[in-house]
Amino acid sequence: MSDHARPGAGAVNEDKAAEEAQLRAVWANPTGWRYWTSVNNYQIGLWYGSAAFAFMLFAGLLALLVRAQLAVPENDLISPELYNQAFTLHGTVMMFLFAVPIFEAVAIFLLPPMLGAREMPFPRLGAFGFWSFFIGGVFVCGSIFFGAAPNSGWFMYPPLATSEQAGIGADIWLLGLSFIEVASIAAAVELIVGIMKCRAPGMRVNLMPLFAWYLLIVAGMILFAFPPLIAGDLLFEMQRMFDWPFFDPERGGDPLLWQHLFWIFGHPEVYIIFLPAIALLAMIIPTFSGRPIVGYSWIVLAAVGTGFLSFGLWVHHMFATGLPQISLAFFSAASEAVAIPTAVQIFVFIATMLAGRVIFSTPMLFAMGGIAIFIMGGLTGVMVALAPFDWQAHDTYFIVAHLHYVLIGGMLFPVFAGLYYYYPLIDGQRMSDRVGRLAFWLMFTGFNITFFPMHIAGLRGMPRRVYTYPADIGWDWLNLISTMGAVVLGIGMFAVVMDVTLHRRRQPRGEQNPWNAGTLEWLNEPEENWGVRSIPKVASRYPLWDQPTLAEDVRAGRGYLADAKEGRRETLVTSVLDAEPEQVLRVGGTSYVTIFCAATLGTVFVALTFKWWLVSLAAGIAFVGGVLYWLWTGTGEIPDRDEKDIGHGISLPLYASGVKSTGWWAMFITMTGDGTAFASLVFGYFFFWTIHTDFTGGQAGPGAFWPMAALALFALAWSVTLGAREINRQGSVLATRLLLVLGAVLAACGCAAALAGPWTSAMDPTAHVYPAIVWILVIWAAIHGAVGVLMQLYCLARSLAGRLTPRHDMELHNVALYWHFMLVTALVTFAVVGLFPEVL
Amino acid sequence: MLPALAALSACSGVQSALDPAGEEATQVATLFWVMTVGGGVIWAGTVALALYASRWKRHAATEQGAGRLIFWGGVVFPVVVLTALLSYALWLMPSLRPFGGEATQGLRIEIVGNQFWWHVVYRRDGAEVVSANEVRLPVGQRVEFALESADMIHSFWIPALGGKMDLIPGRTNRLSLLATKAGVYRGQCAEFCGISHALMAFPVVVSEPAEFDAWLEARTRPAIGLDGSPAAARLFVDRGCGDCHRVDGTEARGTAGPDLSHVGSRLTIGAGLLPNDDETLARFIAHPASLKAGSRMPAYLDLPAAELAEIAAWLKGLQ
Repeated sequence: MSDHARPGAGAVNEDKAAEEAQLRAVWANPTGWRYWTSVNNYQIGLWYGSAAFAFMLFAGLLALLVRAQLAVPENDLISPELYNQAFTLHGTVMMFLFAVPIFEAVAIFLLPPMLGAREMPFPRLGAFGFWSFFIGGVFVCGSIFFGAAPNSGWFMYPPLATSEQAGIGADIWLLGLSFIEVASIAAAVELIVGIMKCRAPGMRVNLMPLFAWYLLIVAGMILFAFPPLIAGDLLFEMQRMFDWPFFDPERGGDPLLWQHLFWIFGHPEVYIIFLPAIALLAMIIPTFSGRPIVGYSWIVLAAVGTGFLSFGLWVHHMFATGLPQISLAFFSAASEAVAIPTAVQIFVFIATMLAGRVIFSTPMLFAMGGIAIFIMGGLTGVMVALAPFDWQAHDTYFIVAHLHYVLIGGMLFPVFAGLYYYYPLIDGQRMSDRVGRLAFWLMFTGFNITFFPMHIAGLRGMPRRVYTYPADIGWDWLNLISTMGAVVLGIGMFAVVMDVTLHRRRQPRGEQNPWNAGTLEWLNEPEENWGVRSIPKVASRYPLWDQPTLAEDVRAGRGYLADAKEGRRETLVTSVLDAEPEQVLRVGGTSYVTIFCAATLGTVFVALTFKWWLVSLAAGIAFVGGVLYWLWTGTGEIPDRDEKDIGHGISLPLYASGVKSTGWWAMFITMTGDGTAFASLVFGYFFFWTIHTDFTGGQAGPGAFWPMAALALFALAWSVTLGAREINRQGSVLATRLLLVLGAVLAACGCAAALAGPWTSAMDPTAHVYPAIVWILVIWAAIHGAVGVLMQLYCLARSLAGRLTPRHDMELHNVALYWHFMLVTALVTFAVVGLFPEVL
Repeated sequence: MLPALAALSACSGVQSALDPAGEEATQVATLFWVMTVGGGVIWAGTVALALYASRWKRHAATEQGAGRLIFWGGVVFPVVVLTALLSYALWLMPSLRPFGGEATQGLRIEIVGNQFWWHVVYRRDGAEVVSANEVRLPVGQRVEFALESADMIHSFWIPALGGKMDLIPGRTNRLSLLATKAGVYRGQCAEFCGISHALMAFPVVVSEPAEFDAWLEARTRPAIGLDGSPAAARLFVDRGCGDCHRVDGTEARGTAGPDLSHVGSRLTIGAGLLPNDDETLARFIAHPASLKAGSRMPAYLDLPAAELAEIAAWLKGLQ
């Protein structure tokens, strides 16, 4: 890049200054109240993180309330009902509103500068995800002030949680969290596309920072872990609202189905929380060891292995439910196996420190404290993974101790390490070392005083989730110690909060890269919104260490895409494996449509909780309208020219469709998650089949005719949609439009035929689980068919408006991709509901 | 920490898994101690290694040497240790809970979980004894439990004897326990089952087989104190108590609440909640929900004190 030193340097400098001013203006945030319509990854990341942190403090206060109640035996400080709400909300908020979102926040904040990108590929989607999370979180947390919080424990086992005793809290849990899960999946889509397609040129996958590797794995896990829970939520809420008996054994249902769906989500969830924390350590430890990580391939493979294995462990949460011993043995073995990749990751850190010269800074203090705590949680995990020991330990305070050692050691301490490490990127200065070390020791000792005695209390027979306990059976002083420790832990946390809120702005701007780290995010200036001044060419895992001129070149605007002449926010899209430049992506800017969509979707869920059907319907229509407006105005824009010069003699297209476009990837990823939810429903169907000798309970089925008719219609709609894409490419615009109309008509008829099956057989979904699960599958297919119709009509409208042409056909590619998934959904649905009962 | 933990195990309470009085609990306690000592050593070793690497070492290791550490410490060592541990535990499993076959010929106890109490039925040689909120077992004889639930998911757990097993609506789970030491222990519901989950416990009395046989045999007949107060027995039925509770030998045949046929001989009332005497019985009858939130039994606050005392005394006499 040094070939840019040319004669007339003064003029060049002026040009560069003007270029920089324009770039700054393009990426600038709106001011005043409109600030909140920002979509920039810094703002979204910061808001996301702050909100998650605030929810964590709230849940921490609930924990202190719980500890206060348990300080002495037979205490009557709070009522059993409030106690049950407090511990349920504590677990729920920590898991869903802190542990997962905090990493989505950190990733949205860090990834663009770390990858050398200006922005995430879908900034508005990020903003929509944040607002959804925020609205849903406030709704769920606020419930406790009305005595209406969920009270059945954070895993919401039916029949307790389906009973009237659960009250409206159960609906708030199910609907509020479903809404938040939407945000998580939105973030997963954004992270995967961002990491795969928006890396700086030259950053091949084997040069990716470990944080990006981990987040890619975790986002993939979210895609397969959250949908089973969403499917479970759907079944659960159908039972609560309309009495469909999915979990009612008197009508063929089974409460264990929920436990399977919940833990197929719940166990990967633990690793979704834990892996990003390890990712932070994988950035911190090399920096303070002053050398690259030792065993890059080891740690990446170990993370991938952990991700895979985590989906095969869920039954170890169900060792006491009476499953056959052979399956207990299998899941015991799988649960032990996951300790191996975990050990590899720990030893990679130890090896890196061993081969480096370690500076024991405050972030390192938190990192090492976290590792020490986590190893202990891992070892008790090895213990409880063995079914015989778990029969004793399950549902006791031993488990409470184990899970807090794992999550606080494996997640909270690394997050605090990350906070102390990355704070200069937020505020241009370090946090206080003195306060940090004090806070660490308070938290570390407070934590151990709180949770170590719980191991003993649990082995002495204390079950979890008890609001009181008798005196003199050996639990009194253990609980008193725990409560005192919790206060110390709380004081430590409070010290950090004070450090963040009071310490700020007292000191002048610190160094750019205060820890002398090697990765690109340290080029970032907190005052700037543009991610990187210009995009570098990367040739190393630690470019700031190995490419000495890189920092200067980037800052001087000598990298790629240094300008924003057209006044648009742009970032580079590169190829998945080798990061070859492919496209200049124009990303969405400031907009309030994201808040509008989040607010209307939130209204749908809140209104459903209170059974305000009309409000919910109206909000749903407004939401769909909002999304259409968003897509229409913000995506698939035909650029004013075909290509843009990004410097260094490279010109890249501004428009891409099909597999080269980020939108196609987003659709693919979204539909993978959607397909997982669908597979979970099909799993439910066969689960009921396996537990009953008479699966149908004597109820009529939908017959074969209507399901086969629906399948045929959907298959035709699919082929017509593909035809439209091909014909359009060949330039026959009129034929394309006609095919789209035909496709929409066929798909609409398919939806009607799908519903006609159970309808004409008068299947009553409240009578037995068989008609209920058939209805759910058919409704799922019909709703997806209806969305397919909407997409076909959208393409038609784009074509009529001249926004979709033979050369600019991104929408048609994405819709065709959707219809591939739709065809699979239809094939499975109608074969299962129409043919399977016939061949039985 | 380890010596402190070891000191705690002796005499650690009536509900402790570390003070075993049954075959499974003994085996698992041994397993626990093996793993705790082993885990403690591994923890100390790994943390010491991390501290050495980060603080104490003088010279940086070579990358190759550090890489070998990943292989030996992160792969080989855990594979060896976990394989050994898993083999031991899997070998243990079938012997701890031998279901079916020869085990079923002895005593069989059916437990039905309710919010927030236990329905208990003893079956042996065609005899049936119905009881509630207390479990009695003979020393040295394997007992098979059939576990069901009438409402929510509960979990049946006697830590001193062995691990827990859930009671799930629509299913019958089985558990097999072998008590090895006579004594009085405490069991408790381990799966969160609603507002008074914390108050769903039960005493467990393990006695010598002869003593147990005598106890069980006596329970096949109406209680000895049944005729102690005909007026109280009359009141019990007239006030509606019999609609929910059964007392063998009277018209009280309800099944919605705990069987009270020999309630006077139980160690506690209210599922391990209070000691069993005239005064606590009267308190419970007068206002159950004040002692146990969510109890389905209605309050009898308008029952005259004399009648209350009479009923309580009669119940206490049902031995």
